[in-house]
Amino acid sequence: MIETLLQNLETLLLLLFGVCALVAAALMIVLHQPMRVALALISTMVFLGGIYGLLGVHFIAAFQVLIYVGAVMVFMVYVIMLLEVREAEGRRYSGLLLPGLAGFVLLVGAIGISIWRSLPTQHETVGSTGYGISAFSISFLNDYWLHFELTSVLLLAAVAAALAVIRISRRADNKRRHG
Amino acid sequence: MDRTQLLLGLAVALFSLGLLGVIVRRNVLVMLMCMELMLNGVILSLVTFAQQTATTVGAVLVFLIFVVATAEIALAIPIVLLLVRDKRTLDLDAYSDLKG
Repeated sequence: MIETLLQNLETLLLLLFGVCALVAAALMIVLHQPMRVALALISTMVFLGGIYGLLGVHFIAAFQVLIYVGAVMVFMVYVIMLLEVREAEGRRYSGLLLPGLAGFVLLVGAIGISIWRSLPTQHETVGSTGYGISAFSISFLNDYWLHFELTSVLLLAAVAAALAVIRISRRADNKRRHG
Repeated sequence: MDRTQLLLGLAVALFSLGLLGVIVRRNVLVMLMCMELMLNGVILSLVTFAQQTATTVGAVLVFLIFVVATAEIALAIPIVLLLVRDKRTLDLDAYSDLKG
């Protein structure tokens, strides 16, 4: 197995990125400060973007970096800096640590064993069929136009809900001031 | 062990780590970030399956997940801000009166 890995540099890089992503994800559970957790999550996402690039779906890699790292995580980091709530030096984990760990091991074990056993290998090799943004866009707007419309409806609903949350917050402010 | 199994294993590990974080951690913002990690695991599995079957439907679903994740964060962060302004803490135990 090691010889085949060494023969294929792409697979080796894939393995490297995967291990790095896994280590960063594990750090998210262990680290205490929210800012460090956010940085670990950002590195996980960047490594996953590298994996998508290696697989040949470059536009998903670009989405990953632009939307996740560029928008979502920057927003998250901004909120962490804005709140700056000093946590009491206390427990990092809830009381569900042991059941959670047991469930984690069971879940990874069960799905991992089923992946190991049951996956047919005669399919197309992953990474051999990269398709560009044009094939994706044509398919998206012709075959899956309903999904495209649904995303716009979802975004509209999210904007309306965010406005509702702001209104609730203003009402609470007024009540606090006058009452 | 071929590439598909490797990537699917990674996706399962990322999803499970995220789930573990949601269950185990007490900080609200860290729990939100662990949810993002779960979504990332799902995206990786979708990309792997799309590559395996050489169709674009997986990429369409990935696009939908990106939109859902963005909407989730755009809604969850204001709610967390409201909660923190009320209680001045990010610890989940302080919000146990939300149980109803």
